[in-house]
Amino acid sequence: MTADTPVPFIRLDGVRKEYQTRGETFLAVSDVTLDIQEGALVSLVGPSGCGKTTVLKILAGLHAADGGKVEIGGEAGAYDTARDTGMVFQQALLLKWRRILDNVLLPAEILGLPRRAARERARDLLNMVGLDGCEDKYPYELSGGMQQRAAIARALIHDPRLILMDEPFGALDALTREKMNLELLRIWSESRKTIVLVTHSIQEAVFLATHCAVLTAGPARMAASFPIDLPSPRTLDMKTHEAFGDYTRRIYRLLGMD
Amino acid sequence: MIAFLRRHWLAILSHVALIAVWWLFVALGDVPKYIMPSPVETIASLGQANYDWVNNTLVTGAEVFGGYALGVVVGVGLALIFSWSATLNAAFMPLLVSLNMIPKVALGPLFIVWFSYGIGSNILIVFSLCFLPILLTTARGLKEVEPELIDLVRALRGSRWQIFTKIQLPGALPYVFAGMKVGAILAVAGAIVGEFIASDRGLGYLMLQVQVTLDTAAMFMSVLLITLVGVVLYALVLWLERSLIVQDARVR
Repeated sequence: MTADTPVPFIRLDGVRKEYQTRGETFLAVSDVTLDIQEGALVSLVGPSGCGKTTVLKILAGLHAADGGKVEIGGEAGAYDTARDTGMVFQQALLLKWRRILDNVLLPAEILGLPRRAARERARDLLNMVGLDGCEDKYPYELSGGMQQRAAIARALIHDPRLILMDEPFGALDALTREKMNLELLRIWSESRKTIVLVTHSIQEAVFLATHCAVLTAGPARMAASFPIDLPSPRTLDMKTHEAFGDYTRRIYRLLGMD
Repeated sequence: MIAFLRRHWLAILSHVALIAVWWLFVALGDVPKYIMPSPVETIASLGQANYDWVNNTLVTGAEVFGGYALGVVVGVGLALIFSWSATLNAAFMPLLVSLNMIPKVALGPLFIVWFSYGIGSNILIVFSLCFLPILLTTARGLKEVEPELIDLVRALRGSRWQIFTKIQLPGALPYVFAGMKVGAILAVAGAIVGEFIASDRGLGYLMLQVQVTLDTAAMFMSVLLITLVGVVLYALVLWLERSLIVQDARVR
């Protein structure tokens, strides 16, 4: 390895995953190869059932790959999946019986982090995601978008290096979704985390990401992986720029939808 | 107190109205006391010291609460074990559902053959009636957890115990209480049936004794006291539910 090609934070090389269901082998992911640099925001885009979620679960250490190589950590050294991964799902999945602050603290409790420091951090994070004053509310008192903000704060509480997001805005209405896209970009730039985000939305995949990986249907096979070279910070009017259109067209073409 | 009255005045009114209708029916219809006593005559039967009201009520209460407590502990405990072991669940859950089809009342005479009569065997009858609904609803509730939440905890390398105490059990509580409410009603019925079959103490026993002498007022009073035991148990369950479960996490 030479100095000008640093070891990527995440390296997936020919990753393959099968599930056994009723004696039959189902190939969920056939050949995913992808390098992710630290601090990047990578979107995984593709049709339903293409194994995007499986890739996330492999990254989260919930599944072992059946083939290929998965290396996380890069040059910054040893990577501890439990402490260094935060997760956000399509549903906020807050615990209905806990106040927002206590919901955010859940990963800290499970990891056994010092309480006082964690509470302080939880308050800061709630401020950062725009939920100041909601610490003592219950989830049902919050709108869908606000619940998802709390879920993002929960994913950040243990200061992980990698945030995995599975369709995080898929359950929100279109306007809230646009707003949350901007919020995510702000949170990402403030927290300096590496984010891997699964989405169905091609617009979202282009607008948010510094790097986009396109997966095709059936067993997830990498159709392509390319950087998104749009100016930073992103603004909504970039969606009308020619370059934005070029990227979305390229993805449509890769998915065979043109 | 005033706030309580303001909130529940309609409910209180309907209870009072029922007693009034009962009273009017007996007074205006000139119904003989041995067919239906008036509310006053019913209360007056408490004066009969030889009926030993306090002790009989305590005995029935002990059977109801004892059997019910056993039912809750065993029901929730078994549900937990079943949620941990798919094999045990597959083997014993259907069996328990089959066993539940046995009319438990029919087991009463057997329990008495096996354990002789008394508080102990009545507690067993109460237990056998009320533990299954609690087990079934709890098992259901423990299953209701979103798999992604389990993933979240597992990704953090949380233990099975942490998943249970932080996610599964609090999430299942609304279901546990739904089962406990059904169980509470069955528990009271179980205690009385047990006393009907064979006993020498308790309100069910007393009812059979006074039936012989056609002391209908005392029979009415017994029914009222049995109901009171049930209401106390039910209120306790409601209170526990209210203090343990956050408003919007309740099953409605």
